[in-house]
Amino acid sequence: MIPELGHLAMILALCMAIIQGTLPLIGAWRGDRLWMGLAQPAAWGQFAFLLFAFACLAQAFLADDFSVTYVAANSNSALPWYYKLSAVWGSHEGSLLLWALILGGWTFAVSVLSRQLPEDMLARVLGVMGLISIGFLAFLIVTSNPFERLLPQAPADGRDLNPLLQDFGLVVHPPMLYMGYVGFSVAFAFAIAALLGGRLDAAWARWSRPWTLVAWTFLGIGIVLGSWWAYYELGWGGWWFWDPVENASLMPWLVGTALLHSLAVTEKRGLFKSWTVLLAIAAFSLSLLGTFLVRSGVLTSVHAFATDPERGVFILAFLLLVVGGSLTLFALRAPVVKSRIGFALRSRESLLLVNNLILVVATATILLGTLYPLLLDALSGTKLSVGPPYFNTLFLPLMALLMFTLAVGVLLRWKDTPLQWLLGMLIPVLLASVALGMLASLWFDDFYWSVLAVSLLAAWVILAGLRDLLGKIRHKSVLQGLRSLTPSYWGMQLAHAGVAICALGIVLSTQQNVERDLRMAPGDVLELSGYRFGFEGTTHAEGPNYVSDKASIRVSKEEGSEVAVLHPEKRLYLVQRMPMTEAGIDAGLTRDLYVALGEPLENGAWAVRVHIKPFVRWIWLGGLLMACGGALAASDQRYRVKVKTGVRAALGMSNRGVQA
Amino acid sequence: MKRILLLLPLAIFLAVAVFLYRGLFLNPAELPSALIGKPVPAFSLPAVDDPQRILSAADLQGRPALLNVWATWCVACKAEHPVLNKLAGQGILIHGINYKDDNAAARKWLEQFHNPYQLDIRDEQGSLGLDLGVYGAPETFFIDKQGIIRHKYVGAIDERVWREQLAPLYQELVNE
Repeated sequence: MIPELGHLAMILALCMAIIQGTLPLIGAWRGDRLWMGLAQPAAWGQFAFLLFAFACLAQAFLADDFSVTYVAANSNSALPWYYKLSAVWGSHEGSLLLWALILGGWTFAVSVLSRQLPEDMLARVLGVMGLISIGFLAFLIVTSNPFERLLPQAPADGRDLNPLLQDFGLVVHPPMLYMGYVGFSVAFAFAIAALLGGRLDAAWARWSRPWTLVAWTFLGIGIVLGSWWAYYELGWGGWWFWDPVENASLMPWLVGTALLHSLAVTEKRGLFKSWTVLLAIAAFSLSLLGTFLVRSGVLTSVHAFATDPERGVFILAFLLLVVGGSLTLFALRAPVVKSRIGFALRSRESLLLVNNLILVVATATILLGTLYPLLLDALSGTKLSVGPPYFNTLFLPLMALLMFTLAVGVLLRWKDTPLQWLLGMLIPVLLASVALGMLASLWFDDFYWSVLAVSLLAAWVILAGLRDLLGKIRHKSVLQGLRSLTPSYWGMQLAHAGVAICALGIVLSTQQNVERDLRMAPGDVLELSGYRFGFEGTTHAEGPNYVSDKASIRVSKEEGSEVAVLHPEKRLYLVQRMPMTEAGIDAGLTRDLYVALGEPLENGAWAVRVHIKPFVRWIWLGGLLMACGGALAASDQRYRVKVKTGVRAALGMSNRGVQA
Repeated sequence: MKRILLLLPLAIFLAVAVFLYRGLFLNPAELPSALIGKPVPAFSLPAVDDPQRILSAADLQGRPALLNVWATWCVACKAEHPVLNKLAGQGILIHGINYKDDNAAARKWLEQFHNPYQLDIRDEQGSLGLDLGVYGAPETFFIDKQGIIRHKYVGAIDERVWREQLAPLYQELVNE
């Protein structure tokens, strides 16, 4: 009964989306206030129905209702309750429902938080989001219904959730990622609404900015979680594989980063309007493309969902409508008038433009590498795979260039910057970072050019940030000065520091990584880079739905002090008969000790893999700092205040009732 | 800016969409099977662990074996490797083709992660891979004792795939 109610709720949500996606748009075109007013209640209704449908599916999982096909395929009565809950989005159908629910949630948030927008703008934004929702809900209902029943032969127990997904990282990773993907639909909707209304101005950029920041933050957290998960769960210590699905999440993030910077120029200086709109369309289009790649089976990937050409055709048609439609609108309506606002070469505008170009080129590189096997197959029938060498050779230099320009861009002023002043700021920073870079590369035993280059660039970025900070507070006392800076300024500093820290983590953990793969019998000791790893044998352990061989490995410093006892496991998940590796990790800010079990050998010995990964945490720390920076910037009070004044000014109203 | 320029993003997108559409009807895991039933193409390449030793197709004859295409740059190979070690431990004969790889890296890899391969062919230029129609790694060919290619599996072999699909095929070759 409950699954049928959920199915019904999904259909009602589609009806609401159809109302939301049509009437308000027509209303905004004809100036009909009643029709425009329908957008908000329809959005709320849609969200409520989706919430209900999602709750129904969650209930089916928690109650072990194996008569529902999707539950039977992805759950098992022995699964702990929290994995039953996360199994709701463990496969295609449920994750699509989660996607639709999150879209409903974002629409709801826009309709609640943007009441101060002009009526026709709000109606258009909600209308565009409604159109997107129609596509996803129709896809869900027509091709991927999660509530389908297996009657009358319901199985006694389910086939269990894929053991790879039975993990905390994968409980939170997809919702975060989807919050980001779907969040870009808000920036997209604002861009389309602005094109439709012919109002591409500073106010539009200011409205889009906090939404874009929040979506970008979520996507960043999602990517970090995914990379962290791969590191500890796949059992061989890698954290990024240039897999098509990873690329699919990185591309919208990169374009989103470009969009954030371009929105800043559009808001502050009224420049780059068409470019910003194009980026907003591209960020969401790449999110959709990611969905297509994951769910249609055009590319082989470790993450790909079970595939089905019917679904592929559906998403492609949807992609064609949304992206093709919006790009056509862009070609027809984007302003072509040459801007009269000028800016000099040494200005923040031009450096932000460079930033945008680098990020877009980097995205194009990844897109090409991801789609190339497909292009070649379609053209000539040749099959091939593009490996990490391609991505590393092209992507890494671009990022180095990005870091180089970043520091200059932070220091430059809008419009124009005197050369003398700029050199006065940059030369001390340059000298200090060269010195720091040299010191850092000497500190490690082996010399690598990449370590030198990245330490130099990281110091360059961070010191330039500090230089700018000092410049900002030079006329005040330190405390007063620090307080006078806005959250969005601190957000920028934090995110830029995150870039530097992430880059350091990447190069140091790659270059200084030490690993051994060896046979260890109980009592064996491995000495590696100043640590002693003593293997004390394995014991049998049992979890709710798996049995496991749990090893104890005592790690101590060479001089004798104990560091940690690690417990890597080799689990066998009983339902799917699938072995899984759980690495034993002693995490630290300067190094991770990472031990994974390979295969059991004779007499209680095991193949053991031991890694010492210096600074690997910095990769995710940097990613999280970027996300924190985004969140901090989004929290800036000025968006809320200025939205009110801006809108009221635009509507010719007085400033009455505006709070500071 | 000319308005015609604004059409550029749309044009690019449409071109990509055409390929995506064609891609839907191509199965990335399905491969031309022209070589099934034919002998392993002739080759003369050094062994990975000994550049002096030259291997040829004749070396692969005698017993049914798996011919596994691998490389250190290949992510999936790393996941597949422990499975191959285990199969080799069970007495299954596995030969390797180290495809378009750096020899030093390949040796280091085998030292670190154990070597499941009886013979390991060093195909640095990918010429044997080309003859075999390899499109990526890992791929595994099943050859019988006459050195005839009988099956081909694309992608990493995991325990489940081995148990459910491949073990019976191998058994068949052994029983012949």
